[in-house]
Amino acid sequence: MDILEKFKKVITIYDEILQQPHRTEIAREMREEEDLFTLLCFSEMLGLPNPAFYYTLELYPFVIERFHDWHLRMGMEKSPLNGIRCC
Amino acid sequence: MNSVWLAIIGFIVFALGYRYYSKFIAEKIYRLDPDYVTPAHKYDDGVDFVPTKKVVLWGHHFSSVAGASPILGPAIALYWGWGPAFLWVILGTVFAAGVHDFGTLVLSVRNKGQSIGTLTDRLIGKRAKMLFLFIILILVLMVNAVFAWVISNLFIQFPAAVIPIFIEIPIAIWIGYAVYKRKAKMLVPSLIALAVMYGSAVLTSKLPFLQIDLVRYFGGADNTVLFGLDGVSMSFFVWIVILLVYCYFASTLPVWKLLQPRDYINSHQLVVGLIMLYAGLLVLRPELTAPMTNEVSDVSWFPLLFITIACGAISGFHGLVASGTTSKQLDKETDARFVGYLGSVGEGILALISIIAVATLFANAGDFRAAYSDFGAASLGGMSNFINGAAQLATGIAIPADIARTIVTVIVVSFAATSLDTSLRLMRYIISEIGSEYNFKPLTNMHVATSVAVVSSAALVLIPKGPNGFGSGGYLLWPLFGTSNQLLAGVSLLLISVWLKKQGRNFFYTFVPMIFIFSMTLYAMFVQVVFQWSGLGETDANMLLFILGGIIFVFAFWIILEAFRVFFKTDKTPPIDTSM
Repeated sequence: MDILEKFKKVITIYDEILQQPHRTEIAREMREEEDLFTLLCFSEMLGLPNPAFYYTLELYPFVIERFHDWHLRMGMEKSPLNGIRCC
Repeated sequence: MNSVWLAIIGFIVFALGYRYYSKFIAEKIYRLDPDYVTPAHKYDDGVDFVPTKKVVLWGHHFSSVAGASPILGPAIALYWGWGPAFLWVILGTVFAAGVHDFGTLVLSVRNKGQSIGTLTDRLIGKRAKMLFLFIILILVLMVNAVFAWVISNLFIQFPAAVIPIFIEIPIAIWIGYAVYKRKAKMLVPSLIALAVMYGSAVLTSKLPFLQIDLVRYFGGADNTVLFGLDGVSMSFFVWIVILLVYCYFASTLPVWKLLQPRDYINSHQLVVGLIMLYAGLLVLRPELTAPMTNEVSDVSWFPLLFITIACGAISGFHGLVASGTTSKQLDKETDARFVGYLGSVGEGILALISIIAVATLFANAGDFRAAYSDFGAASLGGMSNFINGAAQLATGIAIPADIARTIVTVIVVSFAATSLDTSLRLMRYIISEIGSEYNFKPLTNMHVATSVAVVSSAALVLIPKGPNGFGSGGYLLWPLFGTSNQLLAGVSLLLISVWLKKQGRNFFYTFVPMIFIFSMTLYAMFVQVVFQWSGLGETDANMLLFILGGIIFVFAFWIILEAFRVFFKTDKTPPIDTSM
């Protein structure tokens, strides 16, 4: 490995070190936004009237995996909603 | 003696400590297992629990724990000469801090990545946790009050540093926006930010009209401005109000908007600062002009040295970081040695350069004794002495002294500002937690909790007349800072010892530093509460310190009793993870 490559490697590690806390915080913000979006999509099933229900219904196939991840993260082994059988 | 020898001896001891002592602790005491499934893998959620390379995690851990305290503590402790401070930093790092930081990391990893606070609740009990929370609350209140004064004092003493510091805020907000919304890279923009800050430091050092000198604006130190406040007091008032208003916003905004990008820039500053000072030291090779030991009559080094230098030797705050975030990202359990032990060595290196910078600052021992005439003078001038000493070292790499002084001030204020708003944010969390624990709903609101934190800090700063004049009310409580912090370290070491005992392991290597830390802390508290603040000794009574110190002393004693009850309980069913 020549000096330039070594230098590049050091810079990459340095950048990774500095990125680490930001990655965590940004991922947390993203996750919170996604949770809110999931809630909006499934709000009818929780008894909250949703005028955009017919449109969000179409999103179910796309968000079902995220929903599964969410209920696992919340400590629920199985889906808490009767209408959604993700696992 | 040449100061380079001090650095060489320090580095050799740290290297031997890491190579042999930490290896022994890792293999024989903590028995790290490369096959153990760490919480980062077990609960990998892409946010908190993420397996991370050990070098990256070490850097993250080190930049989280490094701040103004490992600089300030040794700079004050030089009051007893550089010898005791040097010995405590190197031996404390190797035998106490290394074992403590490494141990809290392992303990947390073996307990689902839970924090020391949660583990105290589980291992010692709910009462201990609440006592713990109150002690941390007082700790962060002191940090807020003292650091607000320290930063204001630096702004008044070094007005050239004001613009470079304030420039950082809009740049950090811009970087936060660019990274979060536009997914831009951070490295280049943050290096540009650093260049802009240091570029402006060069300008402000050379052009006096760019120096925001409030004392001059208010007509000088002797001019009465408003409410009977002179120019200096009024300047303190204005800076403290600005800082606390800034902290309110900094601690309520989402972290990615300001705090994270600003910390990112500050991490560069840590690297720049360490390289600049050690390179300057190697080039200049200055003699140590401070005495090795300094005979004093007012405050004895034993036991006060061990609570004056906390960060840099051993600090309870490190355990909070190690068990709070680092443990959730550990890839392999065997990495804990590198991350935890070397993290504390990093702090030791920072404390070492602080000792060298101050010990080489003075022309001779007489000048040193004039500057460090009593403990009050040492506490008051510690940070300025470090800045002047560090600037002197930086001249070794051809940076003019005035510019070096401004740059070092910018670095120190950045660290202190990070400590200030992190501790205000922490105070908000604790107030909310106490509010929810006692079912007092208003305190759980973010703005109410932050307002309580800001107002109580401002009251402590401004209402009582502190030893360093108007605005230094926080210094009245500062003697309690070291004790509270070291108490936290003692409790963490005790939790590690309890865990080792329950696993049937040798707990001698964590128990001995724990006994040492507890005895020094309680001894120091007892001496201060009974002989210094109660009025029974030669000094006048100080009821504020006497009452608060007394409360902390009772709480500390109570926690230790609760902890020892757990330690000697013959419980056959350990409440901790047995999957090892």
